[in-house]
Amino acid sequence: MYKYDEYDQQMVDVRVEEFRDQVRRRISGDLTEDQFKPLRLQNGLYLQLHAYMLRVAVPYGTLNSTQMHLLGDIADKYDRGYGHFTTRQNIQYNWIKLEETPDILAELAKVEMHAIQTSGNCIRNISSDQFAGAAADEIIDPRPYAELLRQWSSFHPEFLVLPRKFKIAVIASEKDRAAMRLHDIGIKMVRNDAGEIGAQFYAGGGMGRTPMIAPLIREFVPLDQLITFSEACLRVYNRYGRRDNKYKARIKILVHELGRDEYVRQVEEEFAHLLTQPIEPPLAELERIKAHFVEPAFETGLSDDLDLTDPDFRLWVERNTTAHKQPGYVIATVSLKPVGGIPGDASADQIRLMAKLGREYSFDELRVTHAQNIVLPHVKKADLYTVWQALDEAGLATANLDTVGDIIACPGLDYCSLANARSIPVAQKISERFGSAQKQAEIGELKLKISGCINACGHHHAGHIGILGVDKKGLENYQLLFGGSEGADTSLAKIIGPGFTEDGVVDAIEKATEVYLANKQGEERFLDTYRRIGMDPFKEAIYG
Amino acid sequence: MKILTGNDLKSGAVVWWTGVSWSLDVNDSADVGDHGAAIIAREEGVQNVFAAYVVDGEKTEEGVRPAHIKERIRAFGPTVRLDLTLKPSDPDALNWVI
Repeated sequence: MYKYDEYDQQMVDVRVEEFRDQVRRRISGDLTEDQFKPLRLQNGLYLQLHAYMLRVAVPYGTLNSTQMHLLGDIADKYDRGYGHFTTRQNIQYNWIKLEETPDILAELAKVEMHAIQTSGNCIRNISSDQFAGAAADEIIDPRPYAELLRQWSSFHPEFLVLPRKFKIAVIASEKDRAAMRLHDIGIKMVRNDAGEIGAQFYAGGGMGRTPMIAPLIREFVPLDQLITFSEACLRVYNRYGRRDNKYKARIKILVHELGRDEYVRQVEEEFAHLLTQPIEPPLAELERIKAHFVEPAFETGLSDDLDLTDPDFRLWVERNTTAHKQPGYVIATVSLKPVGGIPGDASADQIRLMAKLGREYSFDELRVTHAQNIVLPHVKKADLYTVWQALDEAGLATANLDTVGDIIACPGLDYCSLANARSIPVAQKISERFGSAQKQAEIGELKLKISGCINACGHHHAGHIGILGVDKKGLENYQLLFGGSEGADTSLAKIIGPGFTEDGVVDAIEKATEVYLANKQGEERFLDTYRRIGMDPFKEAIYG
Repeated sequence: MKILTGNDLKSGAVVWWTGVSWSLDVNDSADVGDHGAAIIAREEGVQNVFAAYVVDGEKTEEGVRPAHIKERIRAFGPTVRLDLTLKPSDPDALNWVI
């Protein structure tokens, strides 16, 4: 994985000391809250419902064991013994003290981590495929390109005060595991007819109160123009994105209002201009970055056999592992969704255990997924049973990946100052209702996502079943949506009818699964059945 | 009743105006009536508390309870980690928060 050079390290170290002085001046009264707020947000420090919340960046979700271990130590030392992994492949701490934050940032800097640009109207943490570098179906490891974009976007003076926040995802497989078309810019690394690697650009996607799927804006951008084209996309947005109305400020609104063709015309015009300026980093820089992402020293000639006589292990292997590109290895996903648990939460001990397993069994690598799970990307099949036993002992071996129990849920009204309704208790009740492995196997793949407000941090628009919590005359109410997808077949979920109480929405989901099971054909997923038979049979069963 | 809340600058902890100072316990809240804005203006100069605002509440036999669920969760703690509420050892804490 990428290792900081002296410039990277110096930038992060200097920022820590700058923020330490800002905190000192805030506490002494030299800075008012109005003056200080943008400064703390630039360092990932929010004020949430109960306390300060610190969001730590995990670029493209990739961590080494030392970094992961420190995240556990921070949870113990500065928070209340746990951390919350988020849909931006980040980690958040919910109970942070302002006066201790510079010390936390200093500890993070020692392991090449920070919280810069995890908030504010700037380019946020670049996200990517959590299986990058390991997946059997990728054409190339997308992370060097994500890292190049990270370096370009970090502290970019032109893009630190955009009309709104800006999210970029980079993938390199046909199977989109990063919700690429629901980002402000989605980049898919592709190979053209001449066999050259380049980037396919999508722009103007996103969720929130006005969900949009990003249209394709360019089929192929050569690698030596990747940053220049990105800069053109951002420049047009920065120039014309609306600053008068924060609800209409995202690039998706600009692309929608201009129309895809006019946005493309303007980007191409800007791109042609920028090509006359020497802004593209030399390809040697990309090669330097690539050198940090060389394949681990995989053993060759390993057996692909697994002893699956233990039925619990067998179930976990079937559910939570994915084919690796290297024979004898497998990608293992650690579910942070135990039955009745809080999606994305992990205790300090669990975080340190995952770090230890990453060090011992996965070439020192871990990944955070946008579905709030953790990945051990390179586990030797011969070690898999040992890894599973250790996870099982720590309550981390729930075999529910991509099932109805593997729920994305935002922090909701239990933690978030923006939320209108609680998300986590709904997730817990659904997870308990559908907790049996038999039930989950019967239903198969069903992606369920819950947001506690219209900002859609729980990605409810992209759920096969989505739930949106709203405030209805002071009471929590839950709207049910069907038909969303975040993959290669991205679609937006639609509201099916009037909302429900917390218990009512759980009952409604059970009825929906009954309709699915009664109508499914062959190996059809819930989403496929819904797409084939439409909303009416579900509405009839749910509303009578 | 109208009660006044904010956050402690250094710790971020939720605090409540008692009439003379700030408390971590919502039950210590004073009814600020129509004086909330004036108290906020005065306290902002002190710098120890920030992001202050007035919420509706009522005095019950159990103590002071903010009217809206969001403010109750803010006052008493998350409903999903009862060990993190103001009554961590009370098995009935969930009903108390909601």
